[in-house]
Formats: sequence, C-alpha cells, structure tokens
Amino acid sequence: MKADAASTPPKQLGLWRKSLNARTALLYLFPSILLFAVFIFYPMFRTIYLSFFLTDQQGAAALFVGFENYAYLFESREFRNSIKATVLFVLYTVPTGVIIALFLALIANEKLKGIGFFRTVYSSTMGISVAASSVVWLFLFHPSIGMFNRLLNVMNLPGVQWLLDPDWALVSISISTIWMNIGFSFLILLGGLQNIDEYLYESARIDGAGYWYQLRRITIPMLSPTLFFIITISLINAFQTFGQVDILTKGGPSQATNLIVYSIYREAFVNYQFGTASAQAVFLFICILIVTILQFKLGEKKVHYQ
Amino acid sequence: MMMSTPKKCLFYVLLFISAFLVFFPVLYAFMISFMSGGEILQGKFFPESIHFDNYIKVFDRLPLMNYLINSFIVSFGVMLGQLVVCSLAAYAFVFIPFKGRDFIFFLFISTMMIPWEATMIPNFFTIQKLDWMNTYQGLTVPFFALAFGTFLLRQHFKTIPKELHEAAEVAGLGKFAFFWRVILPVSKTSLVTLGAYGFLTTWNMYLWPLLVTSTDQVRTVQIGLKQLQSQEVATEWGVVMAGVIVVIIPTLLLLFAGQKQLQKGLTQGALK
Repeated sequence: MKADAASTPPKQLGLWRKSLNARTALLYLFPSILLFAVFIFYPMFRTIYLSFFLTDQQGAAALFVGFENYAYLFESREFRNSIKATVLFVLYTVPTGVIIALFLALIANEKLKGIGFFRTVYSSTMGISVAASSVVWLFLFHPSIGMFNRLLNVMNLPGVQWLLDPDWALVSISISTIWMNIGFSFLILLGGLQNIDEYLYESARIDGAGYWYQLRRITIPMLSPTLFFIITISLINAFQTFGQVDILTKGGPSQATNLIVYSIYREAFVNYQFGTASAQAVFLFICILIVTILQFKLGEKKVHYQ
Repeated sequence: MMMSTPKKCLFYVLLFISAFLVFFPVLYAFMISFMSGGEILQGKFFPESIHFDNYIKVFDRLPLMNYLINSFIVSFGVMLGQLVVCSLAAYAFVFIPFKGRDFIFFLFISTMMIPWEATMIPNFFTIQKLDWMNTYQGLTVPFFALAFGTFLLRQHFKTIPKELHEAAEVAGLGKFAFFWRVILPVSKTSLVTLGAYGFLTTWNMYLWPLLVTSTDQVRTVQIGLKQLQSQEVATEWGVVMAGVIVVIIPTLLLLFAGQKQLQKGLTQGALK
C-alpha cells in the first residue's frame, strides 16, 4: 500500500489510481461489511420475506400467503395478549427503573469519603447475567421459602404466589428486571452527572440556591440528554426481554408474561411456525424502529449542549 | 465544597440503605451457597459454618468446569474479534478520506436500529447451513462486527492529531504499519473499554447459546444455570446458588476493576 500517492492524487491519473483510497478503505471495512451483510441485513430481509409465507420445518418458504400471517396474528388472542403484556411490562419497568437509577446516581455523585465503594455496589448488577439474576430471584419469589413471603409472614400478611398468580407474575418479572437494569442505567447517569460543569453549581451556591433548586434548575436540565438516552435504551431493552421470562415463568401463568421476544421464540423454535414468528419479529422491528426514530427526532431538539 | 455534618449523615444513611437493598439479592445468594437444605428451610440469613460442600456438589452435578472454559473461550473470542474488526473499520472512517464514506457510515448506523431478536430465525438457519451448530464459531463470529464498538473507537481515533498521520506518511510508514504501530498503542484505553464491554456482554449472553448449542460440548455457563435450575435436584437451593456465585464472579471482578473506564467509555460512546 503506497499511502503517499493516495493523499494527493493528481487529476490526470486514471480511475484506478484515483480510487486507491476507496479501495484501501474498503479493505479495512470489509470484515464489518461482510459480517453485517450476513448476520444483520440478509436475515432482516429474510425475516420480512418469510413473514409473507407459510414455511416447512426447515424454515424454507413453502406457500405465499401475502399478509395472512399478519392478519392471523392480529386476530389471535395469544398475540394480542403478548402485546398487552409487553406494553404493561414497559410501563412497569422503564419509569421506575430510570427514577431509581437517577436517585442512586444523585446520591453517589456527592463528594464524600468512600463514595467509590457505593458506586461499585450500585453498578454491580451490570456484571450479573440475566440467567444468574433470574435464578436468584426465582428463589426470592419462592412461595414457601422465598424471602418475600417470609417478610409478609413476619408482618402477618398473607403470602403472594409471586410467579404463579396471573395478576402478580408480570409485576414480579418487572421487579427483577428493574433490579437487573439498575447497574447499567446508574453508570450512564453517573457519567452524565459528572459531565456537568462544576462552575454552574458554584455560582448557584453563591446566589444562595438550595439543593432542590439546584436539582430542578441545573442538574435535571443539564442531564436531559443522558436521561433521554437512558430512557430510549431502557425502552428498547424492555422490548427485547427474554432470559428472565424463560427462567422465571416460561411465559405463564395463562400467558400473563408471554412477552414478545419469548412469543417469537416459542412460535419459531417450539411450534416451528417460522412464518408467523417472522411476522412477529417484523412487528418487533417496527416498534423498535419507531422508538429509535423518535429518539433522533426529539433528541435533536433536546440536546442543548456539546 | 463543604457539606454540613447533618447533611453528610443523611447522605451516608441513604447511601448505606440503598447499597444494602441493591446488593441484597447477591449477598443472600452468597449466604445460601454455604447452607444445607435444613438451614435454608429454617429461613436463616447467616450460615452456621463456612463449608464448600455445595460448591463441590455443583461441579459434580454439571460439567461446570467445561462450561466455564467454554464461556471463557467464547467471551475472549468475541472480545478479540470485535477489537480487530471494529478498530479496522474505525481506522478507515477516521484516516482514509474516500467517496461513499457517508453512505457506509449510514449503513453502520442502520444496524443499530435492527434488534438482534428480529433476525435470529434466519441467523439460526445460516448457522445450521454453515454446519456451525455446537461450535465456537457459531457462538462468536456473528458478534464480531459491532457498530457501537466502531463508533466508540472512532471517537477516540478522532482525537489523535492529524500531524501524527502526516508525519507517518513523510516517514514512509504504510497505512497498515501506521494503524498497527501508532494508532493502536495510543488508543489502549478505548480498546480496553471496548474489550471489557465485549467480554461482559458475551459472558452474559443467553438466548443465542440456547439456540445454537444442543450438546454439552460448547455450552456456556448461562445455559448451565438454566439446566441446574430445571433439573430435579433444583430443590437443593444451596447447590444452585453455589453455581450462581461461580458464574458471576468473573464478570463482577471485571466490572469492579474496570468500572471507571467502562463508565467513561459508555457515556462517550453513547452520547456523541
């Protein structure tokens, strides 16, 4: 590779020489482009394609059915239930999760002795896998020996069938999910807080502004881009939840926790209905696309520094 | 800045209570991993004695050692793969001006809008057709290219002075030599951040290993946990929790060591 020829290509050189930079760049980009093509773009188009077909057991398209898979889905009680569960799950987990993480980030942003210890503890759930956390929470939710029912017992309250009661199962999954996501949200929000210029607080203090005033007028507005980002990520994560459902409830009881990714998994790899599973996957893709586009559109307006 | 003593106390109380609540599930799992069945039924918090029976049992029940080695190989493999693939791409974006760069950049961004779960069905069949079921390739290669990782490194590469690039050209250093001998060494911190991130996320991966492994040969620890919990012996919670502790220790250590780095890297990669 002769780099010096590339930096100032004289006009009269042929197209071959002039495209030297592009060819070199493509060489460096080739591994990424190839992998994206094989494992992201091709399968995305393939998923859309399959969603218009009935498939055989090997996942090959067998019969073109147009939009029938979609029509079938939206009439199916099961799928409508799955959408309802997913929306509820998002509502249960995203606002609470972000508020808890924000609270932790705020108290861990104070300059106090030993604050590093607390930061480490708060971010620790990021290092714990979904499978491991789910197994631990499975025990905490255990009807007889689990901690929650023991606590209720001590307070003379009746126990709750956390994971077996259709009214409670989704709440239980949400509680464990909020805990799992605390670490990551905390770390991002703390980073956002530390990026805020100390000078702003100093001048506010000189003016005699109290803690709450500073929080409302400086911290929250300056943190809004980070908050916005973490809300988007939490939304997307909530749509993609799988592991905790698989380990804690298997989508039950009476499908109360059959979140969309679990529903796709079941439809494809248990029922071998790859066509309808693909239609569900396209639906998931569209949901996440809308969230991402909203982030870009609103984000442009909101980000007011950097 | 000075804080009054009562205010300080209030903050410490809040910090301690929150730390206890956040860490409680892990602490409890740790305690239970030392308990016998009887102790667990009694609902104790502290074990009577520290003994490692449950840890010995869990390595007996499952090929856990095997799974741990598999998880290490897979996580390390993805980490290395991501570092190579992403740094090459980031280098091209920053140091080689070429026509169509915007278009390719857009392609990279668009991959971030496609949820991985929406593509898993065709990916599963691709792996099957490549005959990569139950192999390390099947578990690692699909994750080598990462738009987030490319952006993270690109962000750092951009801070490297252009003069360095010019000087290298004058010195007759080829593009690859410049990349290998100059760019990579000065970007160590970003590479470490991305590496830790890649290792962590791969170690914790659940759905993909569940799909592409059907034998114990290359299975990872996360699937081991599912097996452990769904086996009949799962009533022995002490053994299950011993398994959990063994699985989370490597990532917890990694997180504790690299928390500051990771926080800085993730915030930068996320917001710019």
